[in-house]
Amino acid sequence: MSSRRSRSRQSVSTRITDEQINELISKLHAVLPEARGGDNDRVSAAKVLQETCSHIRRLHREVDDLSERLSELLDSADLNSAQAAFIRSLLM
Amino acid sequence: MESKSFTTGNRDNPNTDLHGSKNMMASHFLRALFRIQQTSTSSSSFAGRSRRIRRAAYASMAYSAGARRAWSRALLRKLRSRARLRFPRRLSRTARPQRRDMDQAQVLRKLVPGGPSMDYCKLLEETADYIRCLTTQVRLMQTVMDSISSYAHHPMIP
Repeated sequence: MSSRRSRSRQSVSTRITDEQINELISKLHAVLPEARGGDNDRVSAAKVLQETCSHIRRLHREVDDLSERLSELLDSADLNSAQAAFIRSLLM
Repeated sequence: MESKSFTTGNRDNPNTDLHGSKNMMASHFLRALFRIQQTSTSSSSFAGRSRRIRRAAYASMAYSAGARRAWSRALLRKLRSRARLRFPRRLSRTARPQRRDMDQAQVLRKLVPGGPSMDYCKLLEETADYIRCLTTQVRLMQTVMDSISSYAHHPMIP
């Protein structure tokens, strides 16, 4: 895709290097919740992707769950207060 | 919690985008909730309203990332086409064990908006950003929940 990413061009063609992939896998691993205690450097790509899929599914379920709970509370919700609280948090 | 400044900050830090867009996400989502509250009638179904809220959540995410990301563009397209927002729920059970990360990539493509048209590298990049954004949205929803729950339990002095 974008050539600005391929810093290390091994050939004229824009072939994706293993290093690039490992780097991207590491970055992905970094946003996952459970950091492996210990060997953070060499994590199998397959394992990272597997955990990524589980994590995304979990997040999707949380969105669904929170949507339902918000729906329950919405009738009596004072959103102006919620909005005020949010604006206050901006100023902190 | 995070950065104090909402202006520029470090341009090289991708998280700066997220902080600015965090506010956009929150204000968009709150406005949407307000609209849903206003337009809900006693005859609105609970499921229907949940769906609207869920849709607003993904819309807030997509608008906060805007056109910058492939996943958000794909999500915006989906939202504008008013198609049902669906993500695969079932864990894919394959007969053979996952030998290579390429197999998992196929599973991942179904979970990330726009995934099917991304090459492997793009998919990895987009996924990391998508997760960050999803996490922010979930936290936002939890915060709103806590906020309106606490007001319900601590009513103003009449």
